[in-house]
Amino acid sequence: MTSVSETTERTRPPFWRDLAVLRVAAQVAAVVLAALVLVYLGNNLVTNTRAQGITLGFDFLDQPLGVDIQLSPITASNTILQGLIRGWINTLALVIVGLPLLTVLGVVVGVARLSSNWLVAKLAALYVEIVRNIPPLLIILFVHNVVILGLPPKNEPASPLGWFSISNFVIAGPWFDASDGAGAFWTAVAVAAVAAVFVWRRRTKVNEATGEPHHRVAYSLGLVVLVGVIAFFVLGRPLSWSLPVFKDRLVTGGIQGLGQYFSMLLALVVYTASHVAEIVRGSIQAVAKGQSEAANALALSGFQRLRFVTLPQAARIAVPPIISQYLNYTKNTSLAIGVAYAEVTLIAFQAIGNGQPAPQLILLLMVGYLIFSLTISFVLNIVNRRMQLVSR
Amino acid sequence: MTETWTAPKATAAEWARRNLFNRWYNSALTVVLGVFLAWLAYKLVVVLFGIDYEIIRRNLLLFMVGEFPRDQIERPFISTILFGLAFGLGAATAAASARHAAAEADLAYAAPTPRMLVRRFWPLLALVAALLAFTRTVMPTVMALSTILGGAALYFGARGMPRSMVRWGWMGTLVLGIAAFAVIIVGVDGGWNAWGGFQINIFLAIAGIVIAFPFGLLLALGRRSSLPVVRYLSVTYIEFIRGVPLITLLLMGVFALGFFLPEALRPGPAIRVLIAIVMFEAAYVAEVVRGGLQAVPKGQLEAGQALGLPAWKTTRLIILPQALRATIPAMVGQFISLYKDTTLVNLVGMFDVLEVALVVNSQSDFIGKRLFFLTLAFAGVLFWVGSYTMSREAQRLEKKLGIGER
Repeated sequence: MTSVSETTERTRPPFWRDLAVLRVAAQVAAVVLAALVLVYLGNNLVTNTRAQGITLGFDFLDQPLGVDIQLSPITASNTILQGLIRGWINTLALVIVGLPLLTVLGVVVGVARLSSNWLVAKLAALYVEIVRNIPPLLIILFVHNVVILGLPPKNEPASPLGWFSISNFVIAGPWFDASDGAGAFWTAVAVAAVAAVFVWRRRTKVNEATGEPHHRVAYSLGLVVLVGVIAFFVLGRPLSWSLPVFKDRLVTGGIQGLGQYFSMLLALVVYTASHVAEIVRGSIQAVAKGQSEAANALALSGFQRLRFVTLPQAARIAVPPIISQYLNYTKNTSLAIGVAYAEVTLIAFQAIGNGQPAPQLILLLMVGYLIFSLTISFVLNIVNRRMQLVSR
Repeated sequence: MTETWTAPKATAAEWARRNLFNRWYNSALTVVLGVFLAWLAYKLVVVLFGIDYEIIRRNLLLFMVGEFPRDQIERPFISTILFGLAFGLGAATAAASARHAAAEADLAYAAPTPRMLVRRFWPLLALVAALLAFTRTVMPTVMALSTILGGAALYFGARGMPRSMVRWGWMGTLVLGIAAFAVIIVGVDGGWNAWGGFQINIFLAIAGIVIAFPFGLLLALGRRSSLPVVRYLSVTYIEFIRGVPLITLLLMGVFALGFFLPEALRPGPAIRVLIAIVMFEAAYVAEVVRGGLQAVPKGQLEAGQALGLPAWKTTRLIILPQALRATIPAMVGQFISLYKDTTLVNLVGMFDVLEVALVVNSQSDFIGKRLFFLTLAFAGVLFWVGSYTMSREAQRLEKKLGIGER
């Protein structure tokens, strides 16, 4: 035994061929190289900004924004920081409304591509093959310049049913008007919604244990509606309908969105849904064929087969790539520069144009998007983990 | 008594009953969609044959090359021909190398016939025909014909090359490709910055992915390195870039890059945009290559070690050739996505095809006529043809390479 260790001792290579030494040396070299590059760039940054009389801090965030943000309380005299925050809210408005819409459209089209109806399948294929091979920015510009700007002009909005007000500047629809007690009402509904989740779980358990029908939709939805109706009348009707009204060249009331917002929403939903549809189709096809044959053998209808057998299994395969499509959608909202919708990238872009320091603004922008993307992928990965089969 | 039962050939009525009217709701859908489609087709025909294409016809050159100096306009033409030749030679070399590989492994290799090629590339040919219908001089037709015929002649002439010539085939492709770029850079007033129109989209996409490839390869190897520091540096870079939108990198390239470089090294606008695209693309290429690296079985690495090869030789001679072959379809997909993303450069002031499609609407003859639908649809078709053809080719390759099969 000792002789072996002696041999290794003796044949230990010189340090320039010793793997242990080389590994450390290579890593030190990598760190030094990266540090040198950063120091060089940082050094240049300091020199160049000093030469141009630009400060390197973040004090500029307190300076006036210089532009109004339409349909928001932010005006030119607000600070850049307030403008950027409003920009993030506008980005969020695109994301929150867009993700559910594109999911529904994508799933419907993906399922339609596998329809037994030849015409439906071909039409879905046509949509997917056309849309996903065109640049998203081009779709945005097309929707904006052709569809949205083709609507009635700002001063002559159309108002179908009297419920909407549609022009190429603002599109508005009916919404709630809150009075005293609205906060209490929404709190009651929120509590009922949480309770409904527990009822849902309880009914599922009862169903699994005893086999009696769960009726969980009826039970939980009923709870929310019941609480809502009671709270509505007990609190003295805190909500009322608010319809958009066009008067004195202004639309008031209802819920309003800028034309640019709808250009972005429509274009990005249509574009991203075409990618989601491909994922959905691939996932359904990846479900073992025996599964749908088994469903057929059980005489399930086409819809039942999809709802109870194919889609639940396809969902597990589809979720990770769909998450990455959600992230793409989020990043693509930055294309709003093309139609001047005031989301965060446009605010930063305009501030740079107004002579504010570009390096800091772009850094803020990048870090913001990074946090945004990481949050979305963090939340959705939890969802994904809960959906995956626990094996082994 | 071995009678084989063959299905009777379905009549049209039977086919329709089975595929269009098999359930009541499918019948309803068919009727509704059929009416809708007929209406759509009618509208499309009316628009396609009813409108005046003057805005495209007059601005075709602007769409294609932007404001490239008109007294040097023959350069883009020559560049296109060289590009076609490079493509033909590259395809021939790839075919020859596949044939030799198949012969070595005793497998059948079927070379595509001209008819198959037409079927595969019909959108491209149809687009060229449509574009030529818009031209007014004979030069574009001469160019298109020499590009297609030259490329095809080179492909059919050179694909029978012997094994020893394959290396020279790749070399020639590279030289032709570089020449195609050089013709529109060297000696042009303004160099890269004279580019515009569709040319800038195509060349930014090609230059972007070609230059990003080595960086992406290094990042992918770095991400799988056994050295923790190298791994962390690579992962940080890749995940940072993948977490931010391309437009923020373009803004950085255009507005902030200058601050990080000494005055003497500050590049012009086209190079700044290219640097941003390369930085962005390297991270995505790295992820594609990583996918390929993961597909190589571990036994290959161990076999290399058993042969006593040093790590870099194992990587270069054993791992990479297998990994990179497996990444070709995904790399095409990445190229398509970059090709579409090049439209973003118009947001930072480049005169690309999308910008052309917008500004021609402000020309005095067309202002207020609301022809956006036509100009944007035209730009859309330009992108669609390339993107669709490439994605079909990628699918074909995927099937051929047997990737993703279980």
